[in-house]
Amino acid sequence: MNEIAANVLKGEPRSIARLISYAENGDVKASKAMKEIHFSTGKAHVVGITGVMGGGKSTLICEITREFRKKGKKVGIIAIDPTSPFSGGALLGDRVRMMELTMDKGVFIRSMGTRGMLGGLTSAVYDVVEILDASGKDIILIETVGVGQAEVDVIKIADTTLVVLVPGLGDSIQAIKAGVMEIADIFIINKADKSGVDQTVAEVESLVDLECSNKERRTPVIKTIAKENNGITEVINRIEEHKKYLKISKEFDIKRKKRYEAELVEIIRKRLMNFIFDESKFKDGIELLIDQIYNKEIDPYSAADKILGKILK
Amino acid sequence: MNKKIRVLIAKPGLDGHDRGAKIVARALRNAGMEVIYTGLHQTAEMIVETAIQEDVDVIGLSLLSGAHMTLFTDVTKLLKEKNIEDIIVLGGGIIPEQDIPKLKKEGITGVFGPGTHTEEIIEFIHKNVKS
Ligand SMILES: Nc1nc2c(ncn2[C@@H]2O[C@H](COP(=O)(O)OP(=O)(O)OP(=O)(O)O)[C@@H](O)[C@H]2O)c(=O)[nH]1
Ligand SMILES: [Mg+2]
Repeated sequence: MNEIAANVLKGEPRSIARLISYAENGDVKASKAMKEIHFSTGKAHVVGITGVMGGGKSTLICEITREFRKKGKKVGIIAIDPTSPFSGGALLGDRVRMMELTMDKGVFIRSMGTRGMLGGLTSAVYDVVEILDASGKDIILIETVGVGQAEVDVIKIADTTLVVLVPGLGDSIQAIKAGVMEIADIFIINKADKSGVDQTVAEVESLVDLECSNKERRTPVIKTIAKENNGITEVINRIEEHKKYLKISKEFDIKRKKRYEAELVEIIRKRLMNFIFDESKFKDGIELLIDQIYNKEIDPYSAADKILGKILK
Repeated sequence: MNKKIRVLIAKPGLDGHDRGAKIVARALRNAGMEVIYTGLHQTAEMIVETAIQEDVDVIGLSLLSGAHMTLFTDVTKLLKEKNIEDIIVLGGGIIPEQDIPKLKKEGITGVFGPGTHTEEIIEFIHKNVKS
């Protein structure tokens, strides 16, 4: 077996971290190891946490993790923050709220930039879930970038999706309009210490009534004060309940297949993009075509036919 | 391949200001790097553990109080103990001139005083991180 793959299976942190980097950078060393570890995955329950910016997602993850650790579960955390489209750099600050987990050997945290992906995730997130799963984590928590418009891709990868809202109508209702209603398996109204909680809970409950009227399972709405570890056991219970529901209703198989579909599509997409845009023989051709489009010697559609014609023989 | 330089900005010790650290973090982000920011009051053990999980190329330590010598070298010692040789360690803050050679000897590759332009730090990182 590939050495780094073997060490990942043993749960060795430095190998886990390095393989994640290889996957993230599109390094050839990644695919070899990724091919081997897949056969040791599938056990971890993947929980996505999305919601309004600054809603307390990181703080909640810290508290949820501490609760799972009390039950002896090993936890992997993927914390995603936006990459600047201008510089390509990123400020990854979610760990600030998870400091007390740093020295716990049963917890592995990785911060990631979106690196140009829209939808609130990053392209390598599928790889990272596989790596953490193979390394023996029982629970994988993914923090997406805050919801602004349509950052709902987390459902492609999560078994259970938590949507975090806060009291005060503006942002939360905006988020619901943007499509988080449909993706939530559990709603969390965090910062329940703030005024207006009960009104927000009532609002969300009535939306859930509409959404779930003809569904088997009603999406629960939970109040939490993450900062004070208040309501967290209820969150854990609801995650466990949803996990059971997935298994009984067979929805689990559907979700997992959707995840692998998204992963497969992503691998193919990345390879094709690299092939077309990074291989030098095409790169030069593309630059030439751009000049020709500019000089009105060719139209963009015919230019695209030329490039694709070389691949789709 | 699309490797990005990853930097951990950490503040060991007990002083309560991270303005300088945040300015540097922002500058490095604007230079295209991924900056992991962990907040105040980090122990050497926490810094090294975070650096491992995040697989960073650089650890930037920032300090305002006079206790830099031991806090900085605690980090480099721990890295050595764990046989980690591919992370470079930088120190910034109020550091007396006469301490700089000693810090460099202890494995703090770059030392940057209060007046340092962030461009200097960026250039130093580009020069010293092998891609
Ligand atoms: N009042 C109150 N504040 C909270 C609560 N939970 C978290 N906070 C605070 O809300 C702020 C944002 O918390 P984070 O956990 O960083 O929120 P986030 O959703 O991860 O933020 P982004 O990742 O930046 O979108 C912090 O100052 C927290 O201390 C809560 O239950 N009540
Ligand atoms: Mg956060």
